[in-house]
Amino acid sequence: MPDAPLGQTPSQTVGPFFGYALPFPGGPQVAAPWHPESIRLHGTVYDGAGDAIPDAIIEIWHADSAGRVIAERGSLDRNGHTVTGFGRSAVNRAGEFEFSTIKPGSTRADAAPYILVTVFARGLTHHLFTRAYFGDEVERNEGDPFLATVDPLRRPTLIAAPDAQNSYRFDIRLQGEGETVFLDFDAEIYG
Amino acid sequence: MPNSTAENQETISEEIAAIHAEHSARAEAAGRPLSAHPPRNFAPYRSTMLRHPTHELVRADPEEIELVSPAFGHTDVAAEENDLTIQHSGEPLGERIIVTGRVLDGEGRPVRNQLVEIWQANASGRYVHKRDQHPAPLDPNFTGVGRLITGDNGEYRLTTIKPGAYPWKNHRNAWRPAHIHFSFFGSAFTQRLVTQMYFPGDPLFGLDPIYQSIVDPAARQRLVAQYDHDVSEPEWALGYRWDVVLTGPRSTWMEPEDSDHA
Repeated sequence: MPDAPLGQTPSQTVGPFFGYALPFPGGPQVAAPWHPESIRLHGTVYDGAGDAIPDAIIEIWHADSAGRVIAERGSLDRNGHTVTGFGRSAVNRAGEFEFSTIKPGSTRADAAPYILVTVFARGLTHHLFTRAYFGDEVERNEGDPFLATVDPLRRPTLIAAPDAQNSYRFDIRLQGEGETVFLDFDAEIYG
Repeated sequence: MPNSTAENQETISEEIAAIHAEHSARAEAAGRPLSAHPPRNFAPYRSTMLRHPTHELVRADPEEIELVSPAFGHTDVAAEENDLTIQHSGEPLGERIIVTGRVLDGEGRPVRNQLVEIWQANASGRYVHKRDQHPAPLDPNFTGVGRLITGDNGEYRLTTIKPGAYPWKNHRNAWRPAHIHFSFFGSAFTQRLVTQMYFPGDPLFGLDPIYQSIVDPAARQRLVAQYDHDVSEPEWALGYRWDVVLTGPRSTWMEPEDSDHA
């Protein structure tokens, strides 16, 4: 007989003082900028007043270019060649984050490719998940079963817009006009 | 610097009690338990006011990538990084402690070979962070950052000093109970957790809007480590035990062959 499920340990805010602890050298460089397939994913994190947030930290996690899960180690001690799929970038004083990585492939035949984005900040009691889909994958985005469930007016908040060659802009708005679509992977927890 | 125009503790405590009562009534009416996680809209913690989404989160079925975590390993982290007391030439000031426990999923299975990151204030309640303006001394022998990889049984163990309580500017005379920040990766990325561990019997628990942002009292209690005399080491350090449970979404339990998308 399995025991009763154990109680979830609750979340607490990352607070303001993670800056000397969570960022690590090479954290934002999932793929070196000179990697032949490298892309830039960058953006600004805004609060409900439209002000940039200077104390957020962003994580990304994604599949390889063929859509396969990456099981390579070495995220914390990058060798400049291995693409582990995991990155972390604290925002700067202007609320900007920036990653260098590769564009992942679709994980399923009928799905559009995306990067999972996790947001932590002072004032955020529990992190937020969202996904950055790619603005130059119009056809795949239109056929994506998850994107089809999202209010069309809010869907653009999930799309990273091409803003230069191999560069995508993905701004994150925690509240208010243009509020980013954040994801709930476990409806049960929130009731 | 005391701010005489800021709201007082009484106002904050009344707001906390009102939100707790409202959430309890709503859960009871809906016949469901309180959420373990704090609501993101929790005004007594003032910084939440402009930083919580106002839309409902959008339900998404996790894809394969979200049901695994990055592969961390012992090559990522040096073994001595779990000892925050040996990072400088001298011994840090304060009460040396050992904190140990296991990281488990909701069914009690160990979360193996996963990254745990730790950061904290020093014994005087001061962080090595340029934005920390609390006029308490820095300790040249204490940085307050550690990390480790969990073992085969999900176990972790760290040596540090007990952090001090410290003031913050949420309201007048606001003090954070002593805590250690922890970051965990589960077996699935959906289990990702950043939280804070507290020490038993802290008189500041009832007053702190961050701790009290967790509405469920049983869930709050899960963030409090237990003093464990079997962990204490004679003539050396006091021991605390704190187990962590990362449940994540129910679909995590699904085996890939049961999935529609296998």
